[in-house]
Amino acid sequence: MLRDITLGQYYQTESVIHRLDPRVKLVATIAYILSLFLVQSVWGYVAAGVFLAVMIWLSHVPFKFMIKGMKAILILLLLTVVFNLFLTPGEILITIWKLKITKEGVKVAVMMAIRLTFLIVGSSIMTLTTTPNNLTDGMEKLMKPLSRIRVPVHEIAMMMSIALRFIPILLEETDKIMKAQIARGADFESGNIIKKAKALIPLLVPLFISAFRRANDLAMAMEARCYQGGDNRTKMKPLVYKRADWLAYGVMIVYLAGCVFLG
Amino acid sequence: MNIIKAIDLAFEYIRRDEEGNVEGILRAVDGVNLDIEAGDFVAILGHNGSGKSTLAKHLNALLHPTEGTVWVDGKDTGEASNVWNIRQTAGMVFQNPDNQIIGQVVEEDVGFGPENLGVPTKEIWARVEESLKAVGMYKYRKRSPNKLSGGQKQRVSIAGVIAMHPRCIILDEPTAMLDPDGRKEVIRAVRALNQVEGITVILITHYMEEVIHADKVYVMDNGKVVMQGNPRTIFSQVEELRRLRLDVPQVTELAYELQKSGLPLPSGILTMDELVEELKRIKKAER
Repeated sequence: MLRDITLGQYYQTESVIHRLDPRVKLVATIAYILSLFLVQSVWGYVAAGVFLAVMIWLSHVPFKFMIKGMKAILILLLLTVVFNLFLTPGEILITIWKLKITKEGVKVAVMMAIRLTFLIVGSSIMTLTTTPNNLTDGMEKLMKPLSRIRVPVHEIAMMMSIALRFIPILLEETDKIMKAQIARGADFESGNIIKKAKALIPLLVPLFISAFRRANDLAMAMEARCYQGGDNRTKMKPLVYKRADWLAYGVMIVYLAGCVFLG
Repeated sequence: MNIIKAIDLAFEYIRRDEEGNVEGILRAVDGVNLDIEAGDFVAILGHNGSGKSTLAKHLNALLHPTEGTVWVDGKDTGEASNVWNIRQTAGMVFQNPDNQIIGQVVEEDVGFGPENLGVPTKEIWARVEESLKAVGMYKYRKRSPNKLSGGQKQRVSIAGVIAMHPRCIILDEPTAMLDPDGRKEVIRAVRALNQVEGITVILITHYMEEVIHADKVYVMDNGKVVMQGNPRTIFSQVEELRRLRLDVPQVTELAYELQKSGLPLPSGILTMDELVEELKRIKKAER
């Protein structure tokens, strides 16, 4: 059933990382990505690798879920490696026809591959251990200072969480409309790209109309329940830092300092 | 003063063409007077397009009267400063359960109203618990609303309104999209709220079976209130209801037909038990 799909890639289990405040995870992920671009030395990479390994172990998420995210960027990864391998000037190791592989090239290519891998796996730890809902909450709270310069932080967060709620409903609706149109002889399968795109029109038009109708209904229901924007609103589940969260920030600072020290 | 009072209420939908010129005016509600006492269970009946939903939206200040005045708990809905207060006093449940649930978890949705009112966190939790228990949905509090049945979703919507501690709930065809089981579930929950918590209920519907327990029934046609009274008086006028394209409960109809063909039954029989009793009485008298 389409309604049963889980959004994002949240992996439900109990772990220290799961229990952390979403703000900590967001900040830590950004810090980790930064650290990957800071380190240059082999020891720096070792530190980043060890840190990542410990986090994976702490998160209790099976390793194969971490790798899943890698498939999407496999081509990007290969391209990066190939370009770096052949196009970095320096001391020539091997020459194949007109292409030269240099010592520096090998070094840069390997570094880039490791960096990208760490980056993807590192950020997927965040999405695997935080529900989309929680993540939205964390973002709202982190970006709160921006509302002073008139960035509609609360509204953006509300939009994200409503979108998350309605994606499964609209998916199911798409499925229903598709079946209804197929029953009346619509063909979504055959033909070239242009034909297929055209065949989507009888699917998209009713879907859009229904989405607008739903939006209208929802807006009215929200107003009926006294929704007046983010001001003066209280939270049922406010984000409060606990000791583990401060500890996690501490660990992050130590790690970053270590990275700078190792270079 | 009564909890809801409307005097000569009228509302016009104005249809405009692309240039903004008035193309036509539809008088959806036309000279309605309402008088609803606190604690009552009131039903508003009418076929599609009779203006009953438009009327309902006035009681929650979602629409403002073109003519006439509506008072909710003594406050005029036409005044902008009263709007939020009125919406808290008179909560509203809509037809489509999917389009009024905001939260991704049942308990978060119920907490949405109190959050908007600025209720402190601790009290929100207490209110959520009490409201979910009142509609019998407490054990589903951690579930995603997408995985509930229609009747369950509608009960969550009702809990979401109760959590705002209203004095009155307006339900705009809450059972129209539900199967018979879901309908019973929702109506049972609504009646319990009325009887146990003493919340005034205004139920808008076109299912006659849901109306028989009401204290007062208003029947609408073409924007006007054409009949009012208790269910028994309303349902004894079978011919009139048919003319308004409304059904009567099956039992009432059966009793009506029997009466027409000569059995000495009283008019306005509402439940199966009543009919059985009356038939027994007739049988006895024949002997």
